[in-house]
Amino acid sequence: MEQTEWDVIIVGGGNAALCAAIEAAEANARVLVLESAPKPYRGGNSRHTRNFRCMHRGPLSVLTDSYAEDEYFNDLLRVTNGKTEKDMARQTIRESEACLPWMERHGVRFQPSLSGTLSLSRTNAFFLGGGKALVNAYYNVLEDLGVTVLYEAEVTHIQVTEQRFEAVDVAVAGTVLKVRGRAAVLASGGFQSDIDWLARAWGPAARNFLIRGTRFNRGVVLNDMLEQGAESVGDPTQCHAVAIDGRAPKFDGGIVTRLDCVPFSVVVNRDAERFYDEGEDVWPKRYAIWGRLVAAQPDQVAFSIIDSRSAELFMPSVFPPERANTIAELAQKMGLPPEKLTHTIDTFNAACSEGHFTPQDLDGLSTQGLEPPKTNWARPIVEPPFFGYVLRPGVTFTYLGLKVDPTARVSGPDGPYENIWAAGEIMAGSILGQGYLAGFGMTIGTVFGRIAGQEAAAYVA
Amino acid sequence: MSLDTPAPSTPAITEARRQAEICNACRYCEGFCAVFPAMFDKRLFANGDITQLANLCHNCRGCYYSCQYTSPHEFELNLPKALAEVQVESWDRFAWPRGISAAVQSNGLAIAAVLVLGIAALFFAQSTLSPDGGEGFYAVLAHSVMTAIFMPAFLFPLAVLAIGLRRYWHETDGRPVKFRHLREAAMNAAKMRNLSGGQEQGCNYEKGDRYSQARRYAHQATMWGFLLCFAATVSGTVMHYGFALHAPYSLISLPKILGVPGGVLLTLGTVKLAWLKTRADSNLGAGTTRGGEMAFVFLLGLTGASGLALYASTGTTLVPSLMGLHLGAVLALFLLTPYSKMAHGFYRLAALVRDAQRRSAKTD
Repeated sequence: MEQTEWDVIIVGGGNAALCAAIEAAEANARVLVLESAPKPYRGGNSRHTRNFRCMHRGPLSVLTDSYAEDEYFNDLLRVTNGKTEKDMARQTIRESEACLPWMERHGVRFQPSLSGTLSLSRTNAFFLGGGKALVNAYYNVLEDLGVTVLYEAEVTHIQVTEQRFEAVDVAVAGTVLKVRGRAAVLASGGFQSDIDWLARAWGPAARNFLIRGTRFNRGVVLNDMLEQGAESVGDPTQCHAVAIDGRAPKFDGGIVTRLDCVPFSVVVNRDAERFYDEGEDVWPKRYAIWGRLVAAQPDQVAFSIIDSRSAELFMPSVFPPERANTIAELAQKMGLPPEKLTHTIDTFNAACSEGHFTPQDLDGLSTQGLEPPKTNWARPIVEPPFFGYVLRPGVTFTYLGLKVDPTARVSGPDGPYENIWAAGEIMAGSILGQGYLAGFGMTIGTVFGRIAGQEAAAYVA
Repeated sequence: MSLDTPAPSTPAITEARRQAEICNACRYCEGFCAVFPAMFDKRLFANGDITQLANLCHNCRGCYYSCQYTSPHEFELNLPKALAEVQVESWDRFAWPRGISAAVQSNGLAIAAVLVLGIAALFFAQSTLSPDGGEGFYAVLAHSVMTAIFMPAFLFPLAVLAIGLRRYWHETDGRPVKFRHLREAAMNAAKMRNLSGGQEQGCNYEKGDRYSQARRYAHQATMWGFLLCFAATVSGTVMHYGFALHAPYSLISLPKILGVPGGVLLTLGTVKLAWLKTRADSNLGAGTTRGGEMAFVFLLGLTGASGLALYASTGTTLVPSLMGLHLGAVLALFLLTPYSKMAHGFYRLAALVRDAQRRSAKTD
């Protein structure tokens, strides 16, 4: 390993890293992939993803109709409130169209949008089997191309001399090796799984957050590069979090821990008090803000209460809810003050008014004189049995990253590094300053992974 | 004896239900096969629902290799294995009398013992009941003796299967069967659509997470080979009784036109299936049935190969011994049908019919 002079060293083993490795290897570069996870957990957060948001001018593979650049761009502006690097965002969007056939050529299989996600059939191409199937397909391509992949290989330091990458320090089986390469692609993700870092950035409350994805995104390489003066982008104190099932595992809970019950429920905090309008908008649009809302409550926990009429209005949850025949009994089971919760629900019920309840649309069924109000789907919680779900913030990714140019080259203290490129979550902040758009992470990873691989291979050629 | 068994809550069903509830919250595997759309139709899984999913599963393993929740993840999903174990257990519950299927499925020696007994019975019949006249192999064993042995050996398993299928239908809440349900199920079985990976790329069997058509093609060869051999036998029976056309038949007769290619397909298909089984990860199937399945595949292959050998030996002194071997294998295969892996064909078809009903209930 140490004796070999590698052309391109890829740090990371998720979607962006694999796309870069494939491009570089197909350009005949000698490629080494260093994945910090053990083989069963390879693939970073990509193993938990499910789709790829793709621009297309007409029907393309499983995608229906068309999804033009401007519409895609406007969707992005809306979720990020304009905190988007516009030129690179448009570049990502435009190049996504050519990526889909490229992905299919490299073994990725798509399926029509999954049941319960019909609204995405035009914009997002779903992976058959999910992101892990995509990751498997790419690793098989690398094997066929003769690329060397090391698992449980954690890169601890990127050695740079005068803006030029020289070697990586990588811990393999307890030994730190110095592996030299002519170019490097950094695709090792964000820092959300380093709970201490998260707590320093966000405050001690972050220790109660759950991490939805891989435990291996500890930001070691990101931190190392920033310490060496690499230019950063993205708010260092922010992470993207959603409200998930509070019983989810600390890491790798993935998709199944999402809970879609909030719009049909009353949500209270530890003290059985409501704190936000549960019916503000349809769930996909409000999904992302509830992570932050729950994070701001005492102990970073909340409780979503429904009655039997709403039990089947949303996708099934992975853990069964608590269940009781009275609100007081439910409160007891969930560790909430029973009288207080009964009072909160009674007050809410009294504020509901008659009207037509339509679960799929904004129905305007609003509370009267209640603070905070519930402005849609405000149907009284009266039909036993009652069900309760516990909610906690689940972190998806962090925004702090390395600044790159449109060729994916990383910016150092004195201009771009000569031979360091970055792709995926580690540089996504260069495009996405805030918020999130379903399937866009895979788009950034694929587009910039491919660019980084091509550029690195061209440099060493 | 009660015909109807209530679906019990066994540890295998409880485990499969736990896994199905996790799958139902994920749904990434929706496009692989019929199991997932059937699963996602439900929020709560009755025991009979799990039985249906288990018998619908073709063990293609696509879902396992795609799953983000397999061990070492604490959810420890292994749906192919969980469903295979429910399946194995359900066949024993459905077959009368209970216990035989469990023993046969988990024990290759049991199958070998039945085979030896079958061959011994045929040799015994040949030695004690040798006919005075007769042509070809009827000179070795009279047609009337063959009928006396094989008629009950054919009808008894059919009766046991009928009981089993009735129990299956009851447990899975089956509805009155319409022709289009049968047609859909037959089409799915004929093309092995549920081993196609959803997009004709095959399954994940002998090459881990890479797709391959090998198992699908080997299974097709075996299934069509068996059906051709069976059709050959039926055509011979019809010619014998209906048209007084007696064996031996020439190469351009119906029994031979069906039987020779059938025997070749059956032999090659089973050899390939057995080889594939040695390459596949045994942790993704039922824990106890590997030996039984291997022995069953061997028995099927022996049936085909010995039939071909018997035909090739026509007019030689090898006929009596090859005939004992072949007819003994056929006898064992028939008798074991309700209790061995052979039963999967019947329950699989029932599950496909039941699934066709589910889909048409959704669109009606």
